[in-house]
Amino acid sequence: MDIVQIVAFGLIGTILVVLLKQQRPELALQLSIILGVVIFGVIIGKIAAVVDLLKELANKANLNVMYLGTIFKIIGIAYIAEFGAQVCRDAGEGAIAAKLEFAGKVLIMVLAIPIIIMIVETISKMLS
Amino acid sequence: MNVDLIFKVAGIGILISVLSLVLKQAGKEEQGQMITLVGLIIVLIMVIQLISQLFTIVKSVFGFF
Repeated sequence: MDIVQIVAFGLIGTILVVLLKQQRPELALQLSIILGVVIFGVIIGKIAAVVDLLKELANKANLNVMYLGTIFKIIGIAYIAEFGAQVCRDAGEGAIAAKLEFAGKVLIMVLAIPIIIMIVETISKMLS
Repeated sequence: MNVDLIFKVAGIGILISVLSLVLKQAGKEEQGQMITLVGLIIVLIMVIQLISQLFTIVKSVFGFF
């Protein structure tokens, strides 16, 4: 599924969304959500391959798996929060989009705390 | 790449807007509103199923446990 088919699919879908927007704006919004999910469904296979490759490299370099796992979780949270925020912004609800992004940032911060603690400890060990 | 889903939803949308217009001419405004609601709910069910698939995929790929 190369980029040409994906772009064609996106354009056709956008035309349908615009067509629906006059009479039924709520259905147009749902159609755009479906479009986003389907296009992501096509790409997820490639993303999974990249993620597995990175995991293999990390194992070879015997990095601590916790770090890489946290990074991937942060990427996942960022993606889902971004997906929701974009959909809400498309629907004209900027305030809700901002709240979703805020929640995403807080969750990412919570996930990053163990790593920050690890860094601070290693630094203090080095200094002392 | 289930393209048919997009055309299904677009078809429902167009059908509903036409039906509600026809019902408005026929003077049955409330039936028109009902039809709109029914269509909205049908598409909503489809969207919810798709979004749950998306979230399970993202969970599996990015290692959420």
